[in-house]
Order: sequence, then C-alpha cells, then structure tokens
Amino acid sequence: MEYKEVLVYSNVNVQDDIYVLSLEIEDDVRAGQFYMLKAWEEEPILARPISVHSSENGIVKFAYQVKGRGTKILSSLKAEDKVYVLGPVGNGLYTEKFKGKIALISGGIGIAPMLQIAKCLDGEVDLYAGFNKSPYLIDEFKKYCKNIYISSEKDTEYYNGFITEIFNPFEYNVVICCGPEAMMKRVVDMCKIYATPVYVLMENKMACGVGACLGCTCNTKEGKKRVCVDGPVFKGTDVVFSA
Amino acid sequence: MWFSVLNVKFCGVDFKNPVLVASGTFGFGVEYDGIIDVTRLGGLITKGLTLNKKEGNEGVRIHEVRGGMLNSIGLQNPGIDEFIEKHLQRMKEFKIPIIANLGGSSIEDYVRGAEKLDKTEIDMIELNISCPNVKEGGMNFGIKSSIAKEVVNRVREITKKPLMVKLSPNAEEIVDMAVKCVEAGADAISLVNTFKGMAVDIYKRKPVFNNIFAGYSGPAIKPIALRMVYEVSKAVDVPVCGLGGIVDYKDAIEFIMAGAHLIQIGTANFINPRVTIEIIEGIERFMIEQSIKSLDEIRGII
Repeated sequence: MEYKEVLVYSNVNVQDDIYVLSLEIEDDVRAGQFYMLKAWEEEPILARPISVHSSENGIVKFAYQVKGRGTKILSSLKAEDKVYVLGPVGNGLYTEKFKGKIALISGGIGIAPMLQIAKCLDGEVDLYAGFNKSPYLIDEFKKYCKNIYISSEKDTEYYNGFITEIFNPFEYNVVICCGPEAMMKRVVDMCKIYATPVYVLMENKMACGVGACLGCTCNTKEGKKRVCVDGPVFKGTDVVFSA
Repeated sequence: MWFSVLNVKFCGVDFKNPVLVASGTFGFGVEYDGIIDVTRLGGLITKGLTLNKKEGNEGVRIHEVRGGMLNSIGLQNPGIDEFIEKHLQRMKEFKIPIIANLGGSSIEDYVRGAEKLDKTEIDMIELNISCPNVKEGGMNFGIKSSIAKEVVNRVREITKKPLMVKLSPNAEEIVDMAVKCVEAGADAISLVNTFKGMAVDIYKRKPVFNNIFAGYSGPAIKPIALRMVYEVSKAVDVPVCGLGGIVDYKDAIEFIMAGAHLIQIGTANFINPRVTIEIIEGIERFMIEQSIKSLDEIRGII
C-alpha cells in the first residue's frame, strides 16, 4: 500500500448529491477494495475511505454521496486538482472463486463498489439495487449483468418498496451485498434460510486506514475485526450486526 | 560541512532521533511498514497493553471535530502474553527502541503486567495512568496524584526497566502529578494524553459515544500540551517526553525548546502517514540552517 499524490481526471455530478470522481491511479485493484482520499491540507484532518467504483487503464473511479465536510470538498474537485491517496486498502473480493448465478444487492450508495465486482465476476450476474428516490449509476451495469432489478421507496416508476422484497436467495449460488446495516442483516438472514453463501461490504468511520487505530472495528463471531484491513468484505454469517 | 546530530540519550536508551510515535496511533509498527520506513523513527511505542486481552468499546469509536478528533477505542489489545508471543519479535526487527505502553484497571493488573514486561526485550515501559476511555481505571489513576503515586511506586518495585509515566492533562494539578510520580520512582515523564471531551449527535439527540466522554486529540490541543510540558520540565529533574497536537517539525522544536527530550507523534499520523519522516527531516534541516550541532543546545532554552 502506498501514500501518494495523484491528479483528478474528472469529477462528474451524476445526480443530486451523487458524484463520480476519476483519479489517475495506476494500481492493481481488487474489487471491493477502497482508498483513503484527502484533497485538503489542514481541515478536515482525516482522509475519507471511499470504495473503488471501477478501475481500468490507469483511472480509478470513486462513486460517492456528499454527506459531510470531506465529501463536500471532494465534490468541488476539478480536473488536474491534486488528491492524496492511500491504498488500495482492504481485503477485497477474490472474484475468481465465485461461479454460477451471482446476485449483487445494493442499498443507496452501496451500489458504488458493485460495478467493479460485476466487471470481475465470471458467472451470471444479476443486480438488485434499492434506492430511496431515483436510481443512479445503473447504466454501466447493463454490460456486465444479465438482469437488473430496481426498487425505490419514492419513485413509482420502479418496484415500490425494499429491494429485499423482490430478491430470492434460493435462485443464487452466491450473494454479495452492500448497503445500510439493517438491509445487509435482512439479506444475510434470508440467505441463511437457503444456506446461500453471502458476503457483505462493511463501512465505518476511519482514522488511519492501515489497521493501526482500531477506530473502524465491527463485531463478528470471532470478536472485533477492523473494517479497513480485515474487511471491508466479510462473510455475512460472521458479522454480528448492530442494526 | 556542517554536521548536526539528532540523537538523544534518554533513561540510558539511545534514540537516533527524538521522534517517536504515540501509543495507539501506530499499532505495533508493522501496520505502517511499507507505507513509511519505520526503521527511521526514533522509537516505537506500542498500542496500550493490558494484562488480559480487551475487546474495547462498543459503538462509535472515532469522531472528527474541528481541530482534531475524539476517540473512544477503550484500550482494545491482545493482552500482554499475546503481545510478547506474537508482536514483540516483529517489532524488534525494526532495530529501534521499543517502548511498551502499559494500561490497567487495578493496581494489581499494572503490577502483574509490568512483571511480565520486565522479563522481555522491551527497552522501556510507558505507564499509562491516563486513558480516558476505560471505566474503573486508566485515567482515574491519572487524576489524583496520591493515587498515581501508589501505582507508580508498586510498578517501580517490580521492574528494572526504565519507567516513563504518561500523564493525563485532566490531572487535578499537572505539576504536582509529575513531581509525585518522580518521587514514586518514575525515570521519565511523558505528557500529555488526550483531553476529556464529548460530542452530541443532534439528530439522535444522544451523545456520539456510548461512554458519553471521549479523548480529544489533534492540532487544537497543542498550545495547552506545550504549556504543560514547559511547566513540568521546569519542575522535575527527570527527562520529559512531550506530545499533544504536534503536526510538523516546528511544533516538535517548540516542544524541545519548552524542555522535551523526546517527542511523540499521534493523531498527525492519521492526517499524513509520512509525517514522522517529514518531521525528522524538518528538524535536521532547521538545525543545519540555524547552525545547531546538538539538540542539547536548544532543549529547555526558554
């Protein structure tokens, strides 16, 4: 893992508070990994952990939602601006070991890491993406997914309700999930009924991003694990969800 | 050519430069291996160790605020036995001094922990009587100097390792605390640990942290930490290790001029993982520019 200064290639506002930041980074990235991003010197002080949306040809893309001070600054970046990056961080997914029918299930901005995962998977991939309002970042998945199912709590053009209501784990060999904890817990509980292997991508506030500060731990059956370096990918059945 | 030396002899241990990493911000060193050249540091201080393994606190553990951050990790660590078996040897491979930070929630825990560490190859013990995030101990020992004195006394009896006592800025009277710790046998004093702070989640209408209070660190605390290092350095005749909000070489030199023999970098490691190396290089550059041959020339100069 390296700490370095890189340049912004582009930063696109795809919808409302959702952006895609492209950085000039020549790294070998595994799907599910993330970077610590910092585009400021003094304030705020900490870098922000942002998952890799896609990586190819020397460009790593990050899809993110503006939530606080850090992501607000990220959203104002322009081409050629400098960004400090530490990464790629985390275990990521060893996608080559997954075969057969695979379901990717996302809630909100949890869709961010799913594109790179979909790109790397060999099997037959279906995307289940749940949103609060209008969907975003869906188009690029069409190349890599056989079926795309979308739900929205507010947009009546799509299934009106939670994405977990239209997903059946029985149909799949593997399920990969990223979203709010309550949703991931629901998906894991559903998968347990059919003994369908399920992986979740956790997130948390982080300070160091290297496994030193123990600020980002989550509860698992084997005790506390660091989301940054022991994760962010965990077996769904190992995680003790707090939601 | 001008030749400046950064080395410091501290409690009989040779440090090639005065820049150490503060407990809890650098794991066991190996976490930063490959991100920086760890062997260039003056020394390593371990994550806070306790006699038995601790899982640490539930709920939110870190929360960024203006000028710094709050943490409530709660001394999560593998316990001293596992540290000795699994981590110490790897740390020794960096070939720089290793200081074990020892925490506890009872005097008995401190004594038994120190007894185990005494038999290892660590270079020094930093006695943590100042962790704000553990109930029934940690900082409680660091508030009243009469209680601190007893802990230091008992640990002093059990170990021949150089003993540095890390003070809490939340102590009732910081100078009296330092003096009492030295009377009880401390070979050195390090200060300051984090300030007791808190934050409120206005949407949940609840404190951010399960323990309500958390430890505040970062650049905002530097002027207060510096003042305390200055006062304590004047009051005790043992060497002082200064920390609290140091983010660049100028901060580090301020602490040295205020009387610190060594300094520790904590939160700044999170702001910039290369900061320790930049500080070492910055101090060296400053010394050459200012024609300073040895840090002895500027230490405690004010």
